[in-house]
Amino acid sequence: MPMNFETVEVTTDLLIVGGGMAACGAAVEAAYWAKKNGLKVTLVDKAALDRSGAVAMGLSAINQYLGVGKGKNTVEQYVEYVKNDLMGVARDDLVYNIARHVDGTVHLFEKWGLPIWKDENGEYVNEGRWQIMINGESYKVIVAEAAKNALGMDNIYERVFIIEPLLDGNRIAGAVGFSVRENKFYVFKAKAVLAAMGGAVGVFKPRSTGEGLGRSWYPPFSTGSSAYFTIRAGAEMTCQEVRFIPVRFKDAYGPVGAWFLLFKSRATNAFGGEYMVERREELKNWAPYGLVKPIPANLRNYLGMLDESEGKGPLFMRTEEAIAKLAEAYKDDPKAFKKKMKELEAEAWEDFLDMTISQALLWAATNIQPEERSSEIAAAEPYFIGSHSGASGAWVSGPEDIAPPEYFWGYTNMTTVTGLFAAGDASGASSHKFSSGSHAEGRIAAKAAIKFIVENNTQPNVDMAKVEELKARTYKPLEIYEQYKDMTTDPEVNPNYIKPKMFMFRLQKMMDEYVGGVTANFSTNKAKLDRAMELLGFLKEDSENLAAKDLHELMRCWENIHRMWQAEAHIRTVMFREETRWPGYYFRADYPKMDEENWLCFVNCKWDPNTGEWSVFKKPIIRLFQ
Amino acid sequence: MPTFVIAEKCDGCKGKDKTACMHACPNDLMVLDKEKMKAYNRDPWHCWECLCCAKACPQQAMDLRGYADFVPMGASVTPLRGSDNIMWTIKFRNGMVKRFKFPIRTTEEGTAVPGGDFPEGAGDLNSQALFTEPASLLLDEVPTIKK
Repeated sequence: MPMNFETVEVTTDLLIVGGGMAACGAAVEAAYWAKKNGLKVTLVDKAALDRSGAVAMGLSAINQYLGVGKGKNTVEQYVEYVKNDLMGVARDDLVYNIARHVDGTVHLFEKWGLPIWKDENGEYVNEGRWQIMINGESYKVIVAEAAKNALGMDNIYERVFIIEPLLDGNRIAGAVGFSVRENKFYVFKAKAVLAAMGGAVGVFKPRSTGEGLGRSWYPPFSTGSSAYFTIRAGAEMTCQEVRFIPVRFKDAYGPVGAWFLLFKSRATNAFGGEYMVERREELKNWAPYGLVKPIPANLRNYLGMLDESEGKGPLFMRTEEAIAKLAEAYKDDPKAFKKKMKELEAEAWEDFLDMTISQALLWAATNIQPEERSSEIAAAEPYFIGSHSGASGAWVSGPEDIAPPEYFWGYTNMTTVTGLFAAGDASGASSHKFSSGSHAEGRIAAKAAIKFIVENNTQPNVDMAKVEELKARTYKPLEIYEQYKDMTTDPEVNPNYIKPKMFMFRLQKMMDEYVGGVTANFSTNKAKLDRAMELLGFLKEDSENLAAKDLHELMRCWENIHRMWQAEAHIRTVMFREETRWPGYYFRADYPKMDEENWLCFVNCKWDPNTGEWSVFKKPIIRLFQ
Repeated sequence: MPTFVIAEKCDGCKGKDKTACMHACPNDLMVLDKEKMKAYNRDPWHCWECLCCAKACPQQAMDLRGYADFVPMGASVTPLRGSDNIMWTIKFRNGMVKRFKFPIRTTEEGTAVPGGDFPEGAGDLNSQALFTEPASLLLDEVPTIKK
């Protein structure tokens, strides 16, 4: 090994991996139950808790709030909404479980100091039926503060990137990773592990490939670590085909929720046509889901995509029209009109400044004032995210009181690996949990994990020979670089290795062209998927030759290995499902129709750590109510 | 580069082991050049433009230059984050300036109590109730479905 890396061993009861909303929820809940039961909880985060995860920048809305205690909605109604939005593919038990707890989490956010918009009666201001408006610049800072206060900084390791699970048979035994700043290799030994390391960005080629590569809709530092960690532990995965493609303001990916829901804006094409109206007939092809309100996100995408492919783009968010309509009621009172316009202007800008600053800058750089001119919207690139309108993640147990036997194996949110729990983007088939539901799910999973530890209170065995092997593998890219870098006059171009950035581009190009990315018009077929698997095979082999000049590049190497495994789970699952169910997410051109008879089911997959073999199979959808 | 450091204003956080921007960046992009005592963004292609760095900078030495591959030049969006609000100054390419101020929190920094001031639940590890429930739900019990 070229450098001397100290091994730091930490033995704990519960290890929470990640630092975003789910991990912070887990920290708060675990701390309480751990104290009651004399247990230790440790959290390890790739970044710093204050600003890690998908809410790092802030948010302008909380997208899951039911108001059950205020008599506004029922939990059942939320389950109905989610099930339809995902074209019938959702776990009622998991969605129900998050939805029945989420309001309590939002009420905590408010106590902690998050400013939530209130109307004249002191009630939350709804953006849509399930969404409430916030002044959310410091959303993550506030949520992290509660987590830190609960756990204490002594139990939080920051800037440590967890890369591999440790196993004792089919039981999780801990995790290993490395400091991205110091020459330290970390070995965490734990009785239970809660995976909450976010979704996967950058698996597909983004629309912007220059500097704008960083301007992904979901953060570029969410790199598939949850998927990798759970897959490598041998956990059964679900909905790996259900990627998410958000339609957002073009290029800077500013949010559209406030415009569509709060400001009631229309989207029209270059000829002024409204695809949601003109293409209404198309929705019948996707019945029953196409006929429900709100129309599923992927179908809304699809109608816009049809306009684009027929040459009717660009598509525009009609901001000027929406603002004019909202201000119209005040037109006879010039003073009130001016005040309303000022208020709407501030709301429009805050929506971007709270969560997508780049979009505010793009408006300013192109001299756009939303009350005067429309802005372009477009479908972004595919993402893997269990918390929004995608569904990919680990297959986890439901809660004892409501889960059918097929969905229950002892501890809520436990994966099929004993002692390994998942929450947020790490758990699948429970879409539409967003920031608040991810926090609530982190809490649910953490309580269950503490219960697991109390009932299984033994320290699993950690094979230290295996740990040494993992340590060598972890730092191998540094070793390769040192070994070969002086062979050429430019260390970036060297036949003995591949640098992480080019490795990422190779993955992205392959996924884009063969697995239905932006340039393939989100369309694929079996022949293309076969070709993707062949190219992925070469990429996997070449991952053994990744090279890193320093710890920062080493982090990038491992992030891309994580992405590559998310890619493989996706390709295998898309290949297995012989139908098109989410046409606005991807289109199987060789099976262009939805097939309710054969494919109204989950497709799950599993990688066996002992044999290295993948299996892909169906799992039934069991409804809790109709 | 998406965020940049104004050389004249950056003091390297006076040589502490890590600068405020290094602490903040969720993608570990900010580095301190210890010879020059100035920080820089080492990989602007990975920058999300979240401005966590700029908001944290005690010298206001950081600003944003839009992604050069799609953002026309000449505009700026600059935050000034205080303890309970944030002030934004937006300069348009055509010279227009807009300022907005928004609240960011309603409580003193550091005071978030994990359970809020909700009464604790029954403390039963086997029940479905989380530790602040049912009180934090504003309900008498956690909803369930009769099987």
